[in-house]
Amino acid sequence: MGTRGYRYKTSHSLPGPGDGGNTGSWRVQRPVIDLTRCTPAKRGAEACFACWLYCPDVVVSRTIPPEIDYKYCKGCGICAEECPTKAIAMVDESVYHEHVEG
Amino acid sequence: MHIIETGNVAAALGVKLAGVQVVAAYPITPQTPLTEKLSELIEAGEMDARYVPVESEHSALAVCIGASSAGARSFTATSANGLLYMHEQVHWAAGARLPIVMCVANRAVGAPWNIWNDHQDSISQRDTGWIQIYSCDHQQIIDDTLKAFRLAETTSIPVMVCYDGYLLSHTYMPFEVPEQEKVEQFLPPFHPSYALDPSSPANLNTVTLPEIRTDVHGEMAHGYMEIRYLLQEDLRKAVQVVEEIDAAFQEIFGRGGAPLVEPYRCDDAEYVVVGMGSLTYQLWDVIETLRTEGHKIGVLGVRLYRPFPDAAVAAALRGARGVFVMEKALSYGYEGALCSDLKSALYDHIPDKSRAPFVKGLVAGIGGREIRTADLTDTLRSGLVGSIPEPGWIGIQL
Ligand code: SF4
Ligand code: SF4
Repeated sequence: MGTRGYRYKTSHSLPGPGDGGNTGSWRVQRPVIDLTRCTPAKRGAEACFACWLYCPDVVVSRTIPPEIDYKYCKGCGICAEECPTKAIAMVDESVYHEHVEG
Repeated sequence: MHIIETGNVAAALGVKLAGVQVVAAYPITPQTPLTEKLSELIEAGEMDARYVPVESEHSALAVCIGASSAGARSFTATSANGLLYMHEQVHWAAGARLPIVMCVANRAVGAPWNIWNDHQDSISQRDTGWIQIYSCDHQQIIDDTLKAFRLAETTSIPVMVCYDGYLLSHTYMPFEVPEQEKVEQFLPPFHPSYALDPSSPANLNTVTLPEIRTDVHGEMAHGYMEIRYLLQEDLRKAVQVVEEIDAAFQEIFGRGGAPLVEPYRCDDAEYVVVGMGSLTYQLWDVIETLRTEGHKIGVLGVRLYRPFPDAAVAAALRGARGVFVMEKALSYGYEGALCSDLKSALYDHIPDKSRAPFVKGLVAGIGGREIRTADLTDTLRSGLVGSIPEPGWIGIQL
């Protein structure tokens, strides 16, 4: 008591990946970027990055090519919806695991 | 300075003296003259604050939550259905640990519509985590408002100062207006240890999961359950803080001394009537009459309702043979909330149940039904010599 110990007595965080906990565990669909359709990846130059801009969990990097941090990606699909070239597909985690892990 | 004014003006002057920076309120009878007075004072430049006229009570408290998060001393006021409309934000302000002060001019809640006094509005907010103080006269309204800010800022818990609609809000009484200099000595400016700052953005009251987890810094952060426990722990500790603040107030202003419960002629009392708000002082007259008839009876006014001063209540009632709890509110389907709380305190603090007093719950003044001193006297007299006719709702005509 005596001071408003915010860090201690309320939930309080800085904006950034992981702000909402281990949100990667919520995901049922995984955004997978097809680099043959992704403009910055194809041109080797900065372009739309709508995925980076719209991701509510701040887990898409503004890099060439853009990368997704699956530890925190919650699978909402906003990036896939916003991508102007339809380069991002939402793949069921079960299907993805069958394909990748055999 | 001594003045003669209404209870609403007493509250407004307390808010002005406290140096409140943001007022957000929506008018509702019988609170309206309080917010009108504040808007007048701000408009006239007598109070250096922002008045935010909002479209609802929910927004009024939301504005105070925002202002308080940004480090401003914030105030709102309401009554009845306005308070109920705020309810979600009432919980939020407490969980967010914001030191907001709110005056409640107590009024009955609908349906049916009724604008007169009882305590159902604030009693219905009992479980939100706010501190609740009930003032019994105009002096207490202005003093309690000042103390409320120091209490809220010391504990990081919002405080409700409740006073009876019309009976106190609209009646004129003489009271002392504290001097600004002394108020500043008692209540230093609000310096939050943390406030919203656009140059270093942060999220407040972010989602918590059922289990604890590491935060963005990689440190283990409290979960919902821990944060809620800390509120409960600090509320329980706040009983003592209320006493300390009252002592500090008394030292500067020479008034106070019974911040938890106010006993009147309880020392040798075999029977005690318990009440809250202005009813308490009306009961003083009643027991004077009963005393002249030879009944050893006293009055206990509960001034702090949440956190409940259970130890002080039980200590004041220890040795009594019987207790009458007179309430202007009900937990519908059972009994008055104060009556239940009081019984619980007796159960905890008087181990030998054969020595515990009987407790009789009574209801009075619901929806502003006039509480006649003669009716109170007759009811209590019948309780002392025999039994009170059921259902124990004083003045009801079925
Ligand atoms: S929005 Fe689509 S095309 Fe643009 S960077 Fe992201 S994935 Fe590539
Ligand atoms: S699905 Fe896309 S937008 Fe949604 S969290 Fe994952 S990366 Fe971000």
